[in-house]
Amino acid sequence: MARIFAYIAHKGGAPDDTAAELIAAAKKIDPSASPTAIALGWGAELDAVCATLRASHTEVWKIAHETFAYPNAELIRKALVKVLPAGAIVLVPHEHFGIDLAPGLSIKLNAAFVSDVVAIEGVEGSGLKVVRQEFGGQVSAHVRCDVLLGAVVTVRPGAFKPLESAAANGTVVDKSADVGALAAGRRYLETVIAEAGDVDITKFNVLVSIGRGIQEKDNVAIAQELADALGAAVSCSRPVVDAKWLEKSRQVGSSGKTVKPKVYLACGISGSFQHLAGIKGSPFLIAINKNAKAPIFQVADVGIVDDILEFLPELTNKVRELRSVAAK
Amino acid sequence: MEILVCARRVPDTSENEIELNSAGNDIERDELVYSINEPDNYAVEEALQIAGKAGGQVTVVTVGGEDDEEILRREMAMGANQGVLISDDAFQGSDGKGIATILKAFVQKGKYDLILTGVQAEDGGAQVGGMLAAMLDYPFAALVNSIEVLDGKKLKIGREIAGGNREMNEIDLPCVLSIQTGINEPRYVGMRGIRAVASVPIPTHGASDLGVDPRAVGESAAKVKRVDYFVPTLGKGAEMLRGSREENVDKVLELVAAKGGLK
Amino acid sequence: MLEGIHSDARLASWLVQGHALFLFLHLLGVICFAYIVSQRLVPLLRAERDPRFDRPLARLGKVFKFWLGQWKHPRYKTAGTVHLLIFAGFILLAMRAFTVLIVGVSPNFVMPGLSGEAGHVYEVATDYAATVVFLCMVFAIVRRTVFKPARYEVPAKFGKAHKADAIFLLSLIAILMVADSLFEAAKAAAQTPPGHVAFAAVLSLPWLLKVSLVSVSLPTLGGLCFAGYLVHEIVFYFLLCYRPFGIQFHVETSLFNVYFSKLDRGTLKPVKWGVSDEHLDRVKSFGVKTFEDFTWKHMLDFYSCADCGRCSDNCPANAVGRPLSPRFITIKARDYAFQHNPMFGRWKNGTPLIGSIYSDDEIWSCTTCGACEEECPLLVEYIDKIVDLRRGMVDEGLVPQSMQKPLKALNSRGNPYGKMEKKKADWANATDFQQICQVKTLDKKNGADTLYFVDSITSFDDRMQSIGRATAKILDHVGENFGILGAAEKDSGHDVRRFGEETLFMALRDHNTDAIKASGVTRIVTADPHAYNALKHDYKDVPPVEHISQVIAREVKSGKIEFRPVDDGAAVYTYHDPCYLGRHNQVYDDPRDVLDAIPGLKRVEMTRSRDRSFCCGGGGLMLFYEPKEEQRIGVKRVQMAAEAGANVIVTACPFCMVNIEDAIKVAGFEGKMTAIDLTELVDQQIARESTAVTKEAAEVPQEYVTGR
Repeated sequence: MARIFAYIAHKGGAPDDTAAELIAAAKKIDPSASPTAIALGWGAELDAVCATLRASHTEVWKIAHETFAYPNAELIRKALVKVLPAGAIVLVPHEHFGIDLAPGLSIKLNAAFVSDVVAIEGVEGSGLKVVRQEFGGQVSAHVRCDVLLGAVVTVRPGAFKPLESAAANGTVVDKSADVGALAAGRRYLETVIAEAGDVDITKFNVLVSIGRGIQEKDNVAIAQELADALGAAVSCSRPVVDAKWLEKSRQVGSSGKTVKPKVYLACGISGSFQHLAGIKGSPFLIAINKNAKAPIFQVADVGIVDDILEFLPELTNKVRELRSVAAK
Repeated sequence: MEILVCARRVPDTSENEIELNSAGNDIERDELVYSINEPDNYAVEEALQIAGKAGGQVTVVTVGGEDDEEILRREMAMGANQGVLISDDAFQGSDGKGIATILKAFVQKGKYDLILTGVQAEDGGAQVGGMLAAMLDYPFAALVNSIEVLDGKKLKIGREIAGGNREMNEIDLPCVLSIQTGINEPRYVGMRGIRAVASVPIPTHGASDLGVDPRAVGESAAKVKRVDYFVPTLGKGAEMLRGSREENVDKVLELVAAKGGLK
Repeated sequence: MLEGIHSDARLASWLVQGHALFLFLHLLGVICFAYIVSQRLVPLLRAERDPRFDRPLARLGKVFKFWLGQWKHPRYKTAGTVHLLIFAGFILLAMRAFTVLIVGVSPNFVMPGLSGEAGHVYEVATDYAATVVFLCMVFAIVRRTVFKPARYEVPAKFGKAHKADAIFLLSLIAILMVADSLFEAAKAAAQTPPGHVAFAAVLSLPWLLKVSLVSVSLPTLGGLCFAGYLVHEIVFYFLLCYRPFGIQFHVETSLFNVYFSKLDRGTLKPVKWGVSDEHLDRVKSFGVKTFEDFTWKHMLDFYSCADCGRCSDNCPANAVGRPLSPRFITIKARDYAFQHNPMFGRWKNGTPLIGSIYSDDEIWSCTTCGACEEECPLLVEYIDKIVDLRRGMVDEGLVPQSMQKPLKALNSRGNPYGKMEKKKADWANATDFQQICQVKTLDKKNGADTLYFVDSITSFDDRMQSIGRATAKILDHVGENFGILGAAEKDSGHDVRRFGEETLFMALRDHNTDAIKASGVTRIVTADPHAYNALKHDYKDVPPVEHISQVIAREVKSGKIEFRPVDDGAAVYTYHDPCYLGRHNQVYDDPRDVLDAIPGLKRVEMTRSRDRSFCCGGGGLMLFYEPKEEQRIGVKRVQMAAEAGANVIVTACPFCMVNIEDAIKVAGFEGKMTAIDLTELVDQQIARESTAVTKEAAEVPQEYVTGR
């Protein structure tokens, strides 16, 4: 069985949640394997990341390079090509960095490439069997990827339940020297932060979406509190925008934004087809509405007939309770 | 500036109901309507705007068959100078790497300063652009949502990253960029415009024209193959929670956490 | 006839010294005027063609009704009355003015037919006319300066106010009246022996002046007479030459503007007159992009606008703060015309209008409701211009993203929602509905006399499907042999056309025309006023079409439809006239007759009803457009219904239903007001012999009936 590597995304000295998810993915490929974590970065932050990774990975490759202070996929790709063995299977989270890095990496490694995998069924011969989604999640497909010469596999964040191989007590191998000089035709300049009020709801995995049931502008705060507690964003249906309770950028629908969250809380939304047209990817849809006959209940996964003005604050409290417990 | 846009004809995302066929091994293709992959259209619009300001030509290329010519014509109606079809039986069944191999051969027959692709198509692969760049050894950037021409040698580009932020980079030409939707507002292409280009000749290139080894592409060379389509079973209508408010709140929280909604 | 003048040498002696001057002024004035008018005509002569020379009798009829009869003016009582008086005054005074002008050079001149008694009567009439005109001028000036009616205001974004100019002109006309009166008065004062009643027009302005002048010496009178005459002539010619530079040009152009006005309501101008559909691909550019692309009649419209603001006052888009104000569509174009066609110098042309005098949102904001055209006393046309401007934008690719999606879907699927064709008849084929009412899809095996043209929104929108079902049940009840086209029916294309996508519209139209012809039906019924208007005016060679309200009204009269009394005693109904059923096609009474035939139904009329109905917000592609507005148009309408004392709004259009139901919620009237379609109400209230009809049998889905 080929050696499995997991690309570790990290920020502020801590590994991203996807690190644990990639372990689960690796186990699906080879139940006996523990993927080798690869962390590229610089300075104390990188050291902290590697220290954390030791607990869950038997081997951690640390590659420190000044240019990695900000992850530039063009440079990182070159570094990885230098250190990765032939025939390796490399797991990468499928998000903005992975999309940038992985396809080119597969070419340079002369390995196969399969992206945005949501489930892994196992290996049969030289074939890795995975599940992908197409058409915005409307259908799933079984895909076979020939991994004889290795593969780069990008994994959808959140598709795999995080697995911590507790107390792995791994070793950190410093591969920095193997990388040598690095130059690329693309140079990082700066990151422009989105305006505070300027929320892009299409980037959120969880949306607390409100409709007319919120009744008035002052009540929008109720939804915002829940969203804050969940790390989600508040989105809405058109009537809320028309009533000027939220700005247009928050609108989900055929004349608003198309969102593909994992969880969609439809609060006081009736479920007109214009609104539903903006929700793609079959998220888990929880609908709360006073009206038992609201069409939203036809398409939701779970429904509750209740007044959102009463329900949401209670949910917010429970979320906060849970968070404070988890933090301890 | 010579700009090449690699485009693809796909089943339209909003005008089709994607269902499994009766045999259960593919989607029902009988009544599908097709159009240009939406991100590719944004790429063409961006190319037109860049060429409009910096001067130059925009070429749109697709790998496929006769049916795919219609998207080339549409983009020419939009303003692209030339549409090119790459077609050969040997190319059928190519995976992403195969397509990239074919496109690489085409690129090397011309002289393009900038190559654009849409970030991904309906299969969500998001791979051809990055692969093409690596094969050509051109710098690459994915999820580009802003382009500023600095001079004939460099661009300043913005990439879409988490939280709605934008990562600014400087990139050397020639390069390959994968374009994210929303980078611009594509102009409308009316039926009249499309009719006007209905008879414009579209050059076609085959494997021998491009010097592509048929063994390197096509179904036989593909390492990634789709075995079938299926739909995971879903429930009918919502499961209604009938407990007390407190019970419902707890249940909702549990479900949200289970679906990865608690970070 | 001027009293005693033709034999009075005194007048001749007073005026003879001014002969040369008067003659010179005549020549100067006439030559200037002729030159100015010819310059104004230049752009019209170079403009796009517009065939308006047919049906002269019908056109003359309009001149009588709208120009001479001032038919539209009383819609605004105060301004209307004042204008009527001014207009009547001008008409009456026309010959007098002409006579006076000639008298300066030929003192014995008398207008043919106006000698003797006729002349005397005319004399008195015109004395009063001048007085009335004078008083109207004073009134108008006071109104402008003190009362300042809102519709005359010029919002900053549209330019500067024209108040100073308006007052200047009003004052000049007042001076003209005074000068003329002074001339008459001085003349009469000189001729009147004390005690002799020389003036019949008591208390008229000339009379008042004459009375005050009786004791003035003859030489002074001579001076005053001369002065009055000279001032009259100067002001007359000044006004004549000044009018073509502003809104007063309507004095000259109104007759022509009314004569050449559009005869066929509800129709749209073709892309280019004289170019048939098959030859349209030869046309290089579609629509109006530059000023020169307008037709001569549209340019004449721009000249003829009196800037009265009635159009914008009735425009629903303007009422909610959208960038559109019809008045300024016209005034800005007129100003552009004046600027780019100076009296001396070269004609400067070719600037794109969108982005210079118009913004794209301004043009997309129009719902094509026609309230502006209905209101305009000069019959200025708007919809054709808006559609032409949209055609130009579509041709250039300048279509808002929000509308590109439905247009693309219309292209590939034949409906703006992108739904699959095979689902078009799902609303009728639901098994539980089929048990109540069999709706057959017409094909080679199944024919029928009547086609029920359902159109897109009623077919696909979950809420509006109930209108389809109600309509089918009604047709069934009256024994109509009908069917639907099902998957063969594409969107009527009505709003595709009005949003400027002519080519796509023609494709939809041709497809539907073929399907309709193939079905062999001899008549068409629809519940969708947009489809109704399209089939009636935009389509050729299709069988005659009726709206369902017309069918129901007829069958109520024939007795085939009988109603049971309303259940809810607290319900107060009001009927909202859909624009494309009411104003554009003048079907006002049939729906009302139907409602009034329902026993116990209390109905009130909104202030703005019938041809003054206030648009719901627009249908078709307008539902996809994202306008910049302060409020939704529908909310204003719902408030009007509440003001009228109604709690149920009845409408006869699915697009009205969408907008009104939305507005009820946004306005906070949920629970206090509901909306119901005429077909749904009729279906609910039809007395059927079989089982007792309960509310559940009615097709109004409970979740949409707010508050019940």
